[in-house]
Amino acid sequence: MGKRTAIVGTGQTKCSSARKDVNGQELINEAVRRALEDADLTLSDIDAIVIGNMDHFEGINYVDTWSVDGSGAYLKPIIKVTTGGTTGTTVAFAGYYHVASGLFDKVLTVAWEKNSESDTTGAIVTAIEPILERPTFGGAINAMALQASMYMAKYGATEEDAARVAVRDRKHALNNPYAHLHLNITVEDVMKSPMISYPIKYLDMCPRTDGACALIFASEDTAEKICPKPVWVLGLANRHNYTLFGDQPLVPMITMVEAAQALYAKIGITEPLKQFDVMELYMPSSYSGVQWIEELQLCPYGGGPELIASGVTDMGGECPINPSGGVLSTNAIGATGSQRVAECTLQIMGKAEQRQVPGAKMALASGFGGCFWSDLMALGARKPG
Amino acid sequence: MSQKKDQELLFVSSGEAEQPFEWSAGKHISKLLVEMRDHKRLIASKCPQCQKVLFPPRRVCADCFVEMDELVPLKGRGVIRCFTVLNFGFVDPNTGLQKPVPLASAYIQLDGTDTMFLHALEETDFHKIKIGMRVEPVWEEKRQGQALDIRHFKIIDE
Repeated sequence: MGKRTAIVGTGQTKCSSARKDVNGQELINEAVRRALEDADLTLSDIDAIVIGNMDHFEGINYVDTWSVDGSGAYLKPIIKVTTGGTTGTTVAFAGYYHVASGLFDKVLTVAWEKNSESDTTGAIVTAIEPILERPTFGGAINAMALQASMYMAKYGATEEDAARVAVRDRKHALNNPYAHLHLNITVEDVMKSPMISYPIKYLDMCPRTDGACALIFASEDTAEKICPKPVWVLGLANRHNYTLFGDQPLVPMITMVEAAQALYAKIGITEPLKQFDVMELYMPSSYSGVQWIEELQLCPYGGGPELIASGVTDMGGECPINPSGGVLSTNAIGATGSQRVAECTLQIMGKAEQRQVPGAKMALASGFGGCFWSDLMALGARKPG
Repeated sequence: MSQKKDQELLFVSSGEAEQPFEWSAGKHISKLLVEMRDHKRLIASKCPQCQKVLFPPRRVCADCFVEMDELVPLKGRGVIRCFTVLNFGFVDPNTGLQKPVPLASAYIQLDGTDTMFLHALEETDFHKIKIGMRVEPVWEEKRQGQALDIRHFKIIDE
């Protein structure tokens, strides 16, 4: 067990499909300045910086050095981490590792993406085994659709079951000024939207977004002096699996099953739906919003559609999922995992404004990416024992 | 107040970059590609520890973390485990060209193997594709030792 570590500040940028008013460094800077302001710190207080984005997206490779003007890393330790879609959560994990190790007291993390600068699907395809799988692989939508078709066949779930998630997350986003999309839609709208990769329709899928998200981690030595309500990292787990997509059982998604088991055992979660007050989950399609809550043990396998339809995961329900509007409303891919962590932090700090879950004290953030990889981070108001 | 004209905000293009890569296929995948090119045959690797047969063949069984030396021939037919039909075009990073859509693809479990693998389907109407359908490869006339020596898999009645 390392030093107890808390998040003491968050900073998010305005998100849109193309932030043409800023270049990448300026976008990063917008998030960093907001996080410092939120924590009432200055750059000189920061001991180290972790940065991350997707490989190949903007065509800029030494992002840790290139970004220094924006990140504030001039003559400070900075490292880049990148793990595909999980980058944003991995960046947060790395911030936590820095502080929990005792080597650094206050660490800034920044995760970002300018999807508008690349062909997102083409860039994602470069992550895939190049000789045998890449020639017929169609990107993230394709991967999500393959898993969805298997889930539907196994449990008899319908396209309408998934559409309910698309409606829920878009409805939640209406209360989030940081969300990229503000869509007031119905199940019928989702069902009528164009089929982009069977069974995924246009409104079932996340957008491509420009945006950045910064977090500030501090050790137990200073967290309570910096912030009246620091948000403590209770535990985290990540599980990665094979590179060849076809090696893995897609239903259930084994990485999330194992990550959830490990995290829950570590921090004493036996009834996640009851014990967590709110969840921010990286679910890039509405179908993952139905399936992956099963892997997280919110309901039995095959029970996802019923749980979604019950309203338990809506705002006002027992455990609201994605009060921010989730990934279906904002997807600055490298930043997406950090945005989940930031939203959980805002909820526990009581700073989530119109989308506040009353009295939220325990939250779960997830990351997803790569070859069906899973990251989980649990956050809480109470300092861990 | 007078209305200020919006400033023009630009994207600047990298230009028409070409940056081809050359990837080592390694020992087992080279063997597979030669079998495909010269004999229209598929081979898989078998793990000496868990006895699983993995396609495509590779040197290491990730579960057991042991070297696999045994290669086993496959008949080539298999079953669709899941599928999709992509209608969303994008630039193929391997070729730099727009990927032709619709692209129907499936995870296919080849007979005699314990894994699925991704390839294209001939049928592109998703209404006509069902999980559990049997498929067989359709080979290109001129084969070059590459994945697309199998043009696609075709649904068969058995």
